[in-house]
Amino acid sequence: MIPESEITTHAAKLQIRNVSKRFHSSNGITHALDNVSLDIREGEFVCLVGASGCGKSTLLNHIAGLEIPDEGSLQLDGVPFSGPDRTRMMLFQEHALFPWLNVIGNVLFALKLKPNLNDKERKEVARYYLHLVGLQDFANSNIHELSGGMRQRVALARALAPNPRILLMDEPFAALDTMTREQLYGDLQRIWQQRKITIVFVTHNLREAACLGDRIVLFRPRPGRIFREYPVNLPRPRDLNDPQIATVSGQITQDLKTIGKDSA
Amino acid sequence: MKSKAIIHLLVFHLILVVIWEIITRTGWVSPVLLPSPIDVAIYLFDSITSGEMLKAAWVTLKRLLFGYVIGIAVGLPLGLLCARLKCVQNTLGVLALGLQTLPSVCWVPLAILWFGQSEAALLFVVVMGTTWSILIAADNGVKNIPPLYLRAAYTMGSKNTHTWIYVIMPAAFPAIVSGMKQGWAFAWRSLMAAEIYVTIMSGFGLGQLLHYGRELQAMDQVLGVMAIVIAIGLLADMLLFSPAEKLLRSRWGLDKS
Ligand SMILES: Nc1ncnc2c1ncn2[C@@H]1O[C@H](COP(=O)(O)OP(=O)(O)OP(=O)(O)O)[C@@H](O)[C@H]1O
Ligand SMILES: [Mg+2]
Repeated sequence: MIPESEITTHAAKLQIRNVSKRFHSSNGITHALDNVSLDIREGEFVCLVGASGCGKSTLLNHIAGLEIPDEGSLQLDGVPFSGPDRTRMMLFQEHALFPWLNVIGNVLFALKLKPNLNDKERKEVARYYLHLVGLQDFANSNIHELSGGMRQRVALARALAPNPRILLMDEPFAALDTMTREQLYGDLQRIWQQRKITIVFVTHNLREAACLGDRIVLFRPRPGRIFREYPVNLPRPRDLNDPQIATVSGQITQDLKTIGKDSA
Repeated sequence: MKSKAIIHLLVFHLILVVIWEIITRTGWVSPVLLPSPIDVAIYLFDSITSGEMLKAAWVTLKRLLFGYVIGIAVGLPLGLLCARLKCVQNTLGVLALGLQTLPSVCWVPLAILWFGQSEAALLFVVVMGTTWSILIAADNGVKNIPPLYLRAAYTMGSKNTHTWIYVIMPAAFPAIVSGMKQGWAFAWRSLMAAEIYVTIMSGFGLGQLLHYGRELQAMDQVLGVMAIVIAIGLLADMLLFSPAEKLLRSRWGLDKS
């Protein structure tokens, strides 16, 4: 039996308070984040959009605990945190799967670090998540034998397996073809509704954002700040080709152009 | 290998041997300079059945393995340390880079001076030939790990020793294997050179057998020993490195080597 605690979760509330981050590099100081504050409700699906270099990945890395802010704080259900933790899992733009492990070995990686499970339970949990992403028949495949879409699915299973309360996704589907991507939108919405996990999703694709998000947060670059937020109150599951989605993404495109003119 | 490839391989070498036989048979080249393949085969048969060749090969292999294992035991941890600590990198790392370019035969005069005509002298030369290239391979292997792997591992709760054992070492495995292969080649070459130069009483290796073949003008012996040296090299490749490379190809999907 799979322990119930491994496949159900309490989505977490995330508070980002006045976070600033500067990077020092060869061409001076980059203000990647400037006084960014954002509240994310438990179980909310938030999409971050904005021009390249406006600090989206940097913010995600902060939430993941891979970066420490210069100023400001981050809190999970009101408790400040720093450093990475299995309650906040990240799905990267490239799959980041380990080539020296097979599919199930990758999914087991994080589970093996969980002390409260025995090996049999770990295997069952891993299989459960492989099933969830539709790859139960590929448990023993090597990573290089999978297609790009399948790899992202394994990465999704690997990120879900430790049962995080927050899932961070950094342009996870950018490298995939349209067909595979639309299929994964469907999968992701299904899994999200089943699990009611909190998701922060970075994308360049505004239609993708409108299709997936409860709310879209638009950033502006140099310094990286939040420009505007857009609630998306459309019924789910949503279809990418719905005209209402085009309306939402059209409005954001307009604002993106204004930002572009301002900073030019 | 496919059977067609094997046939090509056999035919190619058969042709080479036939040409060689013709050259010696017709007297184009004096048998003193180049003995016929049949003479070499007879020498090989005699020396193997008398046990002389196997004894020499065993002496050489023992020296080789011993030196190689020491080279790995020293080079691998130092290489990892190099990748990890900036201060080791800037000191030992740079020294290793320099010493790696030095052909290890160059150590022979010093080795003889320090250790005399002894096993220790030979061992020293082999270790010097192996250690640095393994050190550098391990160092580079760890440094070239995509940072993405580490970030992914950290978010999954891996840290410190766990990261080293379950992420850094396996991620550097392809580079370490090729470093060990290179180290093996260097050890083999340096030992042959050392054995030819250093005649010692404690054991009669392949290099020494070859050396005496030259002294006695017995070119069939020289060529016979060369054949055995090649055979040992190929065998080591098949037994030691092919399995690791096969694993790399099937798991990583790399098509290296
Ligand atoms: N480790 C770093 N060192 C130096 N500068 C950095 C570093 N990480 C990010 N930056 C800078 O911070 C700014 C924000 O980068 P970030 O990666 O967050 O942008 P982004 O919004 O994710 O862009 P994209 O959409 O292209 O992925 C950029 O100007 C980038 O050059
Ligand atoms: Mg980014």
